[in-house]
Amino acid sequence: MEIKYKNSSGVLIVYLSGELDEYAAGISRTVFDKLLDDNLNAKKVVFDISGLSFMDSTGIGMLIGRYKKLKNFGIPVFIAGASNGVEKVIELSGLYHIMPKY
Amino acid sequence: MNEKNTMKINFLSLSQNETFARTVIAAFCLPLNPSLSELNEIKTAVSEAVTNAVVHAYPDCAGEIEMTAETADRKLHIEIADKGVGIENLEEAMEPFYTTRPDEERSGMGFTVMQTFMEDVKIVSEVNKGTRVIMNKTIAIK
Repeated sequence: MEIKYKNSSGVLIVYLSGELDEYAAGISRTVFDKLLDDNLNAKKVVFDISGLSFMDSTGIGMLIGRYKKLKNFGIPVFIAGASNGVEKVIELSGLYHIMPKY
Repeated sequence: MNEKNTMKINFLSLSQNETFARTVIAAFCLPLNPSLSELNEIKTAVSEAVTNAVVHAYPDCAGEIEMTAETADRKLHIEIADKGVGIENLEEAMEPFYTTRPDEERSGMGFTVMQTFMEDVKIVSEVNKGTRVIMNKTIAIK
């Protein structure tokens, strides 16, 4: 999985692409957290997952982990661009209740 | 009408083998001409079962995972088995959002995803003997 980001006018957009599973979550968690730590001045954060071709429930756990971290700083989190396959897993988990669609 | 076909692979419980397992099952069921949506559901269910084996069955070492599959007519049958620690309380483990590792950001959604994406899912587990996940799905005629 690849992680890129853009911080413009207080909106941090994190672009996730590739496949998000146990393996990808394990190797990218530190990078993900570092970029969030570096941008805690953001007013809101958007996880743009339009580039994710696959995500299972490990990905849900990883996104919730990052949400909890940002919530501690009062930063709202949104999700954008889920593909049909990824969307099914997100809806099943109820993730949109805490991270609305952007 | 597709004639019966079977396959069996063994691999180590390393997380990088999840992609391998997903790719194998996708390639194996392609002759049934699944839709992209069906293919994604099958791959996700397999990924969940393999993740369980990687994370829970062999917590301290890499053990063996066996994936077998069979197609007959429109029906796909998949079994994913390990010889790991087994599941003590299966009923509890299958509850949505139940996880033994909340500190590791586990969602506890694995079995729920399998049950939602496959037609039927059966788990057979014995403590210190291992776990077998048995899943079936009928591929719709296009």
